[in-house]
Amino acid sequence: MADTGDEDCQYRIKEGDYVVLKRGDIFKAVQIQPRKKVIFEKQWFFLDNAVGHLYSTTFDIGSGGALQPQKLKENESCSDAKEAGTDNRHIVDDGKSQKLTRDDIETLKEQGLKGQEIIQQLIENSSTFRDKTEYAQDKYIKKKKKKYENTVTVLRPTCRILAMMYHGREPGKICHLRYDTLAQMLTLANIHAGSKVLVFETCAGLVLGAVMERMGGFGSVIQMYPGGGPVRAGVESFGFPAHFHDTLHEFPICHVNALLAGTLDTTAKEPSADENQSGVVAEEEQNQREVEPQSMETSTADAVGDDQEKNEKEKRKEAKTQVKKLKLEEKRKKLAAVASLLEARNADGLVIASRFQPCSVLMGLLKFLAPSRPFVVYSQYKEPLIECYTKLREHGGTVNLKLTDSWLRHYQVLPNRTHPLLLMSGGGGYLLSGTTVATDHQKPAGAQRAEEPAPKRLKLTDTEA
Amino acid sequence: MSFVEYGDLIQDGDIAIVYLSHDSMMAVKVQQGAQTQTRYGVIRHSTDLIGQRYGSKVTCSKGGWVHVLHPTPELWTVCLPHRTQILYTTDIATITMMLELKPGSIVCESGTGSGSLSHAILRTIAPTGHLHTVEFHQQRAEKVAEEFKEHRVDHLVTVRNQDVCKDGFGVTGVADAVFLDIPKPWEAVGHAKAAMRKQGGRVCSFSPCIEQVQKTCEALADQGFQEISTLEVLLRVHDVRTVSLPLPDFGPDPSAPARPDTKEQNHASVTLKTTTPPREMPGHTGYLTFATKPRL
Repeated sequence: MADTGDEDCQYRIKEGDYVVLKRGDIFKAVQIQPRKKVIFEKQWFFLDNAVGHLYSTTFDIGSGGALQPQKLKENESCSDAKEAGTDNRHIVDDGKSQKLTRDDIETLKEQGLKGQEIIQQLIENSSTFRDKTEYAQDKYIKKKKKKYENTVTVLRPTCRILAMMYHGREPGKICHLRYDTLAQMLTLANIHAGSKVLVFETCAGLVLGAVMERMGGFGSVIQMYPGGGPVRAGVESFGFPAHFHDTLHEFPICHVNALLAGTLDTTAKEPSADENQSGVVAEEEQNQREVEPQSMETSTADAVGDDQEKNEKEKRKEAKTQVKKLKLEEKRKKLAAVASLLEARNADGLVIASRFQPCSVLMGLLKFLAPSRPFVVYSQYKEPLIECYTKLREHGGTVNLKLTDSWLRHYQVLPNRTHPLLLMSGGGGYLLSGTTVATDHQKPAGAQRAEEPAPKRLKLTDTEA
Repeated sequence: MSFVEYGDLIQDGDIAIVYLSHDSMMAVKVQQGAQTQTRYGVIRHSTDLIGQRYGSKVTCSKGGWVHVLHPTPELWTVCLPHRTQILYTTDIATITMMLELKPGSIVCESGTGSGSLSHAILRTIAPTGHLHTVEFHQQRAEKVAEEFKEHRVDHLVTVRNQDVCKDGFGVTGVADAVFLDIPKPWEAVGHAKAAMRKQGGRVCSFSPCIEQVQKTCEALADQGFQEISTLEVLLRVHDVRTVSLPLPDFGPDPSAPARPDTKEQNHASVTLKTTTPPREMPGHTGYLTFATKPRL
């Protein structure tokens, strides 16, 4: 690829982009919208000024919430005062070492001093700073920086950043799935471009998005979803190009039994005909009912209006139902397409990460995998995976079963001060992984395959019987 | 079959994974007329493998049976011939996510070693990415290039036989990510930076010793890398067991109402499914240091 000037245009922040804000180790995913107030780390600002700048630019938050791109140099350390103590024997914690009061600092802030300058003031007004060891001085500056610097970096979203963000901010939303555990899942399930992968998750769409990122818009991802509709707010945050969404399909798990039994009807043309059997239609109807009272209210408000208006309303209503019908038809077609994708029972991978009982989910969805394909199940708890393991061993059809979790420790690496961080995650959830194999009762189905040599198979069934 | 694309049937020339038992697998190059010895007897490729579906059960000459699996980078990692110390799946998974690898990524790697990580990288960056891998040991470089060909991923990778610390990666300004697993990674940090895109990217260095990590972190900081972060990740395996715990007998309890099944309880025990940790586990593989190269 040539390094031309306009190549940069894909690295620039655009209106409508999904981005991640970063300060220190804190992340937040937002969309760039004009005049939209964003609150991040107790500060509010507008992202309008970020548009046109390059990704990974750090901005100062100015007055009125306007962003100012930071000059590169400003990142460097401020204090050159190289006076330091040797140990802390003379430092007494009497709460009097800082001469500036809270009000003084507020005044400084109001005067428009930058974080860097405030920190310099704090150092100059600290009676103990010079007695602190060099290391303690570093630590002091770092701590104050975190408190007073109002900068924000705008990043392009990636699986790494979003996984760390969710884990740090809202672990409950992603079933406490730690980012390294997600990393294990993507690798253990051999997620790669061109395959057909089933995903069942209640992790806000993080797992689904992670799988889609690894597929790169090649192949197909089928989201098996519980309840009324797929939840995938997290997928939006990845900011995938439009064509990625063409590879994403969805199938409600309430139709799995019907699909497996071959009784799922996706051919009917008239919506009313199979209203009772098709959950999709039922939901749609329900939505309609929910919406209608509201529109009634508005219509009663101006009910005194003339007949013409009424007529127009009727027409609009008719048009609306027409549109709805079309949408239903579209939905039915989509369902039929996904059903045929699943019916082949030749999916290449299965990823489960949910708050549902994993054993039921796994046993229900494993049937859609081709033989010799990996699957991985995440659970926040170990016991349900023990149950899965036991069931799979009884049931057969899988090998290479492994129940694992991962242990993750971060380090501080500084000259003469290298050690593990004082805090570490206590646990990142559990994984059960394995590989499917051909089961005995799958053999008859396989027998219809012309390319498999018949004599060998007969011999196999003999020995297994 | 290829390491980056699934196939349904075993074909002549494929690499198949013979799954013998939980901890025993072997990679087999499928060849018309060839035979493979296992502890369950002989597998005849022409009749037992070729034309069978991946995942099939194959009966060996002694009557035992094995499963034949489609190769994946993870299965390859547990069966590949070791020419060096290799990276295992837990570290590989972490590296893949933290380097932000995905289809289309351009990646530089050194050293190639036995190719354990290389296969995982190739799987993730296919079909549009490329791996530039540098190995200073000539035989190892040749051998791994041969394997890439056999595994039908050679179109995605360039193997260079040179010293990365002296000669770099052989490319400049193209890489989205760089991985270093060499004795003196700090000597290659400059080359890593040069290999990366001007728009920036991610770098990872794997080192078993903390002294290496310290030097590498210093070099990374000197070269202007940001978000330098060192971590260690370990896999904990839980073996599922059924255990039986006997109940203690405190003798008859006069205060408790007499129950008809008291006699049974004397010998009672509780059976439950639980997990046990293995007696020993790998407690250290290496420290992973990640950093971001900012835009120039």
